[in-house]
Amino acid sequence: MTAAVVAAAQVVVVVAGAPLLVGVMRQVRARLEGRAGAGVLQPWRDLRKLFRRQPAGPDGTGWAFRLAPLILVGTSLVLAAVVPLLTTHSPLDRAADLFAVVGLLALGTVALALAAVDTGTAFGGMGASRELTVLALVEPTILLAVFALSARVGSTNLAAIVTATLHDPVRVASPASLLAVVALVIVTVAETGRLPVDNPSTHLELTMIHEAMVLEYAGVDLALVELASAIRLSVLLGLLASLFAPWGIAAADVSGLPVALLALTVKLTVLAAALAAAEVFVAKLRLFRVPELLAGSFLLAVLAVATSFFLV
Amino acid sequence: MTLIGWGLTAATVLAGLGVFAAVATPARWRSAAVGVCTSAVGAAGVVVGVAALGGATFRAWLPWLLPLAGIRLSVDALAGLFLVAAGAVVATAAVYGIGYARAGHGPRGRGTQASLPLFGWALLLVPCAASVSTFLVLWELVALTSLLLVLAGHRSRRQVAEAGLWYAVMTHLGLVAILLGLVGFAAAAGGESFDSLRAGRLSPVAQGLVFVLVLVGFGSKAGLVPLHVWLPRAHPEAPSHVSAMLSAGMVNLGVYGVLRVGVDLLGGGAVWWWLLVLAAGAVSALYGILQAVVSTDLKRLLAYSTVENMGLVFVGVGAAGVFRASGASTLAALALSAALLHVLNHAAFKALLFGAAGSVLRATGTRDLDALGGLRGRMPVTTVLFAVGALGAAALPLGNGFISEWLLLQSLVHAVPAGGVVTALAMPVAVAVVALTAGLAVATFVKALGVGFFARPRSDAAAGATESPGTMLVAMGVLAATCVALAVAPALLGPALGRAVGAAGHTGGQALSGGVTLRLTGVVSTLSPLLVVVSVLLGISVTAAVARLVSLGVRRRRAVPLWDCGAGPPTARMEYTATSFAEPLQRVFDDVLAPETDVDVTPYAESRYLVERVRYHGRVPDRIEHRLYGPVLTAARVLGRAGRVLANGSVHRYLGYGFFGTLSLLVVLAVIR
Amino acid sequence: MRRLMRKIRSTGRVAEPAPPAPDGLSCPQARALGGSVQLRHVDAGSCNGCEIEIGSAFGPVYDAERYGARLVASPRHADALLVTGPVTRNMAEPLRRTYEAVSEPRIVVAVGDCARDLGEFVGGYGIHGAVRDVVPVDIEVPGCPPTPDDIVAALRGLTGR
Repeated sequence: MTAAVVAAAQVVVVVAGAPLLVGVMRQVRARLEGRAGAGVLQPWRDLRKLFRRQPAGPDGTGWAFRLAPLILVGTSLVLAAVVPLLTTHSPLDRAADLFAVVGLLALGTVALALAAVDTGTAFGGMGASRELTVLALVEPTILLAVFALSARVGSTNLAAIVTATLHDPVRVASPASLLAVVALVIVTVAETGRLPVDNPSTHLELTMIHEAMVLEYAGVDLALVELASAIRLSVLLGLLASLFAPWGIAAADVSGLPVALLALTVKLTVLAAALAAAEVFVAKLRLFRVPELLAGSFLLAVLAVATSFFLV
Repeated sequence: MTLIGWGLTAATVLAGLGVFAAVATPARWRSAAVGVCTSAVGAAGVVVGVAALGGATFRAWLPWLLPLAGIRLSVDALAGLFLVAAGAVVATAAVYGIGYARAGHGPRGRGTQASLPLFGWALLLVPCAASVSTFLVLWELVALTSLLLVLAGHRSRRQVAEAGLWYAVMTHLGLVAILLGLVGFAAAAGGESFDSLRAGRLSPVAQGLVFVLVLVGFGSKAGLVPLHVWLPRAHPEAPSHVSAMLSAGMVNLGVYGVLRVGVDLLGGGAVWWWLLVLAAGAVSALYGILQAVVSTDLKRLLAYSTVENMGLVFVGVGAAGVFRASGASTLAALALSAALLHVLNHAAFKALLFGAAGSVLRATGTRDLDALGGLRGRMPVTTVLFAVGALGAAALPLGNGFISEWLLLQSLVHAVPAGGVVTALAMPVAVAVVALTAGLAVATFVKALGVGFFARPRSDAAAGATESPGTMLVAMGVLAATCVALAVAPALLGPALGRAVGAAGHTGGQALSGGVTLRLTGVVSTLSPLLVVVSVLLGISVTAAVARLVSLGVRRRRAVPLWDCGAGPPTARMEYTATSFAEPLQRVFDDVLAPETDVDVTPYAESRYLVERVRYHGRVPDRIEHRLYGPVLTAARVLGRAGRVLANGSVHRYLGYGFFGTLSLLVVLAVIR
Repeated sequence: MRRLMRKIRSTGRVAEPAPPAPDGLSCPQARALGGSVQLRHVDAGSCNGCEIEIGSAFGPVYDAERYGARLVASPRHADALLVTGPVTRNMAEPLRRTYEAVSEPRIVVAVGDCARDLGEFVGGYGIHGAVRDVVPVDIEVPGCPPTPDDIVAALRGLTGR
């Protein structure tokens, strides 16, 4: 029962914190560009307003368009409950392992891509096609990185991997683990549509990937889509943090939660700030250069697996 | 007689009835009568299969039925699994076929209609064969009846005849390979019943030779690259319910053959056999899905997806063989269970998808995705059914394909303790291939579902579509329900899979168990498909409720025109098509796919600088077919032409050939003696 | 990269200190916004003078984003339209369509003298009319071109920050 409560608390924390994390990233970026920035609360203000606005039902769209935001948020919530961010004792941990996490991420993307195709506009189709191209190329890298991380543990369940790292911290410094970090960072950037794969603040439809898929959404629908992408970003960054720096995560008892919350906040803020700072230094890649980047991360993942076999 | 015996007898009698019905009933009732009989044959097969999976076995020898050898039958759990898959597909596809034929599609003549129950029956009987002669006779019966069914539409479409030719040649080359392998095996083992083959002692070289020969034969039936070329031609050209039977039922026989001969009869063999299987599977999976992702023909896309899925099954079979040969029997059982579960999953979703594709073909008359779209409004049930199948085929959570791919990945990822440089090198590559395949499968089925069924119609045919008749929908509904059941409660199949794996000669025991949560033997990972489904549904409903609550008082959704950048309503021609959707991936995999483009510029007569028309034509040919089969076909043609010089019609010359032939034979004999 | 890093360090913050916040909102529809306004910019025939000033308003020095205003790519995402220039005959219909595409409640900000009363272009043969002749206008920003300060002030009237 406590486990369920703690898992619910984790979901609430992630949902509440995800837009703040996006706010932190925008703020860091603004400061590095010499701006004042809108403050970390701005994404929540945007969401609050969007939730009060009328949604649109463009002509010719069907149930795929209506359902996609709900599926996107629904899968994101499940992800927020599964991934060990505050606790390793989520009741869903035995229900969904790392492969399922990857699958649920893809499921959300697919729902949105289908909605984009459903609009029947050129931009929607373009965004969906590009997003799935990136997804198809990212998938092998993620699964290979999972391979490198879980082969030694003997389980792909996240709690098992995290607990194993807690008991044997030297594991983090192993070459396999380090290569897997780099591969997963690139994957996170690609999955969440950040620079240099995609530019989240672009206004030019022809260069868009993720944004092109949501051009038709308005009001409540758009709020859900934005909230979901914030949750997915937080969960992926949190996953990175938990896999490679699991310290502070609470076990089943509620007493460890404050420390876990603090540790999570610090880890996520640092990661988000680092990601935002890195974005200032890079430009968006041409779409057909992106596969090269992803192939590079794939190679790193292969190396990680190879070293996990040979350098024990 | 046991339940299995009665079931097989019933299937045989019903198949006979079906043939009789095809010949005797008037054209009006023919398809219904044949459909009902064939469906009953399939149902009998399911009953037999379930009984066998439950642990029952059956042996029979009918010496009077076939001269010299007689018919030997034996049913164990491995055969049972393939019986269930084939039986379920035959039962549903036959019901589907009733409505399909009424709509003016599919076979109607007496001969082709009579082939349908025979094909279904032979599909069921092949896994029951227990001697080389029985096996080969039934195998050939499957090939012949299916060939007749593939050719059903040859009068109206030239491509059908061409596909039939490819199919006939390839399947018989496969038969020759199997024949050589099994007959050689029987000769060396000293008996042709499977029992004597099992007891036979062969040298490793002879064993290897037999294995490679049967692998070629069975691989061509399962559509393994490079022997797959017939599959993407024949499966799409067949009537859709026959496509389902071919793609979801018949290809499985290739897997069955490799397991029966390679593991059961030959006893497992060396590591290199299974590395060969693994490599063939990996190449097929990757090549199949790459071709599928750029396909614009809906049924061809599904056929290539069959190549991919059979590739994945063979990856599992190969991995199981490698593990077994290196002594990791628990992992071997897991890998084989994954492969067998994938056979079941693939049968369910592929039969469903071909059914839905047939439904689209019936309603619009086209399989070209670039001309479809907007079907979700006019064919809502078909759309939902296709979506269920696509979810399974894309191997995403909530779908059934995900479970078996998850099992497969688990067996590959946890191969470390199995040790050896070979596993250390092969398994990461296999994981990478499975993962890339999964990613591309997602793109493929989003394309098929999104472009085919969503958005707005791209042609008048698609705009005027109507929903399919009840029989077709019911048959697909049953398959969809099977997909859902397989996706939610795969753990219940644990004991049955364990028995099938045991019957295939693996000693690892039951690999998966549990109820709500799927547990594995020897690997700590767990998965609960039911809980994942429930929690995703819960997440969606909570989101919907909270969103409704937060936006109370907000004005209801407003119908608006599409955002057109202010330039006026976008037409259907501006939509992304299947071709444009796959273009980025086609570019990324340019080197593998080698797409061809033709740009034809026609200038005005007055000046060559004024262009009247530009025609652009792009296509992605099957490169392996071009590179590998092209030269062979050309050589055969050249030889054939050269042969004409020898045969110029002169009787004198032919007499001369006879004379010199006899003379040289005599000379040879004289020298040898 | 080193150069960029040094540049960031030596430049520091270039955003000018914020002028005092406006007292109250400038139009009734802005009450629903709550400190966040997404804008879709429509150039209805402008000489691009106003575009340059809008670009500056969202640049680092004036930094309109700090008050909660943001330019977006689709009118579906927008709460308000930022219209510049006299409405030419070719742009009248697109402007109307864009207005229709914004979900309610919607706000129109006419930026520059041309958008208000055609400015230099009065009597031009290609002119359809001022912005208010095509869509209802809520806020007008005078000036040819208006300074970034004027534009930022108008936007702050919407966000209330």
